[in-house]
Amino acid sequence: MQDEEILRVEHLTKRFGGVIAVDNVSFSLQKGEFLGIIGPNGSGKTTLINLITGFVKPTSGKVTFNHTDITGKAPYRIACLGVSRSFQMARAFHKLPAYKNLIVPLYSPRVKRLGGGKYGERDDVAIDLLDDLGFERDSAVPYKAAGSLPHGYLKRLDLARCMALRPDLLILDELFSGMAMSEVAATLPMIEKFNREGLTIVMAEHRLKELFRVTHRVMVLNFGQKIADGTPKEVMSREEVQKAYLGTEVEG
Amino acid sequence: MEIVIYGITNSVTLALMAIGFSLTFGISGVPNFAHGAFYLLGGILTWIFINQLGIPYLFSAILSVIIVGLLGFGLYWGLLLRLRGLVVNEVIATLAAAIVIIEVLRYMGFSGFTYVLPEFIKGSVNIGKAWLDYQRIFLVGIGVALIIILYFFTHRTRVGLSFRAIAQNERTAISLGIDSDWTAALSLAFGSALAVVAGLAILPLGSIDTEVGYDILIYALAVGIVGGLESVPGIVLASFILGFCQILVATFFKAQWLTVVTLGAIVLILAVKPSGIFGKYKELEERV
Amino acid sequence: MAEAVRYRKERIDRGIKARTDTIYVLSSFRDMVYLFLPRFLPIILLLLLPFFVKGGYWEKVLFYSCMFALLALSWDFMASVGLVSLGQALFFGVGAYISGGLNHYFKMPIFLTIPIATLGGALFCTLLLFSVLRLRGVYFSMVTLILPLLFAHLIETLDILGGTHGLLSLTPFPSGWLSVYLAIIGVIICLFGFRKLISEDFGLVLRGIKDDDRVVMAGGINIHWYKAQAIFIAGAVGCFAGALMTHYYQFVGRSVFALDYTVLPLAGAVLGGPGSFAGATIGTFILVPLSEVLRALGGLRMALYGVILIAALVILPEGLFHYIERRYHQFERDVRI
Repeated sequence: MQDEEILRVEHLTKRFGGVIAVDNVSFSLQKGEFLGIIGPNGSGKTTLINLITGFVKPTSGKVTFNHTDITGKAPYRIACLGVSRSFQMARAFHKLPAYKNLIVPLYSPRVKRLGGGKYGERDDVAIDLLDDLGFERDSAVPYKAAGSLPHGYLKRLDLARCMALRPDLLILDELFSGMAMSEVAATLPMIEKFNREGLTIVMAEHRLKELFRVTHRVMVLNFGQKIADGTPKEVMSREEVQKAYLGTEVEG
Repeated sequence: MEIVIYGITNSVTLALMAIGFSLTFGISGVPNFAHGAFYLLGGILTWIFINQLGIPYLFSAILSVIIVGLLGFGLYWGLLLRLRGLVVNEVIATLAAAIVIIEVLRYMGFSGFTYVLPEFIKGSVNIGKAWLDYQRIFLVGIGVALIIILYFFTHRTRVGLSFRAIAQNERTAISLGIDSDWTAALSLAFGSALAVVAGLAILPLGSIDTEVGYDILIYALAVGIVGGLESVPGIVLASFILGFCQILVATFFKAQWLTVVTLGAIVLILAVKPSGIFGKYKELEERV
Repeated sequence: MAEAVRYRKERIDRGIKARTDTIYVLSSFRDMVYLFLPRFLPIILLLLLPFFVKGGYWEKVLFYSCMFALLALSWDFMASVGLVSLGQALFFGVGAYISGGLNHYFKMPIFLTIPIATLGGALFCTLLLFSVLRLRGVYFSMVTLILPLLFAHLIETLDILGGTHGLLSLTPFPSGWLSVYLAIIGVIICLFGFRKLISEDFGLVLRGIKDDDRVVMAGGINIHWYKAQAIFIAGAVGCFAGALMTHYYQFVGRSVFALDYTVLPLAGAVLGGPGSFAGATIGTFILVPLSEVLRALGGLRMALYGVILIAALVILPEGLFHYIERRYHQFERDVRI
């Protein structure tokens, strides 16, 4: 792992009317790092991700990715620079077969530039990618309509869609929500493997036990503010974190 | 001076044409393309009531407002409710309804100088060099009154507040016990009734022509696009901008340039701020 | 008491035994016919039709049907990207006026005016509508609805491009065959070209924009650029139809911006079944001859299209084509339960 900064977020703030969804959040991320973002419901995790990936324009603050200012840029530009994100509610093109869902990112300028997304080859690339994520190529699963897949598969399809973009930074928004224990157990090693291969990952998650197994660094949000940042153990021992989680189960 | 007076009357006329459409759209998200058709239908119904059934003017005016309002309600309850959820179909259905109404009326020959609604108040007055008939003053009064009433209606009364709730978030509104279908149907009824009120105020200034059905739709949409749909201040502002520009152009250039102003304003606003001056219609990036 | 015998409908696939999504194993002549008949029959029919109606009144109807089919196809293409246009007349009129203007003022020959009108008109429309693409849903419909109506007003009030009289005595086609076959080949190319295009990777991206634009954006794709391309393609088809019509009638007037050129293609596409392109073609080829038969109704024809539109939306929302397609691939039988 190189010691190089890949993402820097400075004083990021987003107001929706009177509500401050994300309040003056700053952090930076080294290449190859695995950052977990936790916090109670409505603490601004998803908004933070939307701000970084350009789906929501920040009220103030600055986001730098690979030394380029990406604040408020269009989502597709940010995606083409190498930031790929999943959605909290698994989104897919329900009528298309699962593997055809990956055609869209494979068609992007980024993949064309990096090679591998040529005409006529995209279907194979897509099936290869799905095969890596547990959609066995010889089974019927990758060819079924996405809408007929169970929720866990949809979530993994979303992950595959992110990986199809060949990202430098992968941002996962509650990937494990709604997944069964066994599915989580199957998916976790895949993500760990991506990280070992050098991919920087940011993961917003509610399932703390699973998250802490893979991550070295955790950032805690509460009411849009960053209240802690450190290793899982030292973060969870902090009093304000426990207070924020009071009423919800403290795991790990 | 006359520019100011003509400008104001013209602007309020435009606002009157647009207000019903934007009310409906703002609440239920249904673009009621039958707006112009209802405007026309209201005028013709009133004419029939007065001239063929001999009902007094005021009474027949009220009657046609009610009838068209019910028609608007029926349009939602009978047709749109079956198509709800697919925006494509809603759009097509209201346009189709508009065409059916207007073309049937055209076929029945409700066009020309025989079809004139009497003025509510006859006579005219000279203000400076401007020559102003009382109907126009009446029209400005109606327009201003309607806008004020609408504002209080949506901000103070229970039905009005539930209208705004639906406009903001339909699902939450449903979970709070607001019947969204009922409210949307009501919004269509109110919008259609407003179209007739506008028609009754404006139509006495000229004769009824079925082409008006499409023209009103054009103006309503133009004002909505420039001002930002679903925003009452936007509608008012856009009406005044368009209204005064039209009068200025007509005074200093040629009267025919009126449509150029409208087209120019639309193209300009689309290039600069496509959601309109006061547009709350969220642009893609802003959706969460 | 004897129990009433009850039946249940069962649907059985008629199709080819061994097939996946894209690969068919043809094992018999029957299979080949089954597969190719629906594709080749319409082509052959369309190509042969001019021989039957040569020169007569029905040739005009055929030409007319092709014009509206082109407009309906162009509407359907935009609709499959999620752009619901209510202004096919915009494309039609722009194409008609460009070719008419070039021919009238610059005396350009037909083989120049039609291509220039097709591409130039498409470019013009794309630039005109480009900024609207940032907004979703009904906004696009509204803008496309009023633009052609405003253009018609503009030409009338400014008295440009011939004003209310229009541009008269333009160059006709050298032969009737050429015009009819240009139209028919245009329809065939658009029909099968669009069907092919929309199932390609490019088409997948376009359909993706309709289904969920945020996923497409997250996939690193500039959706505005792709929507603009879709408008350009659809616009080119519409403008081509307009240009053909201009030279066919040797006349262009502001009526080319009329609502007819919006509503009839729309009715055709909705009746035939949106999203399949074949449906749009079938729909217009039913509606246009029908409206010729009903010519006696005069102004009521427009109202009739409206009624057909509403009826199609309520009664047969999937459209004729999907219904026929299902009947072709499946048969139903009653099973006793």
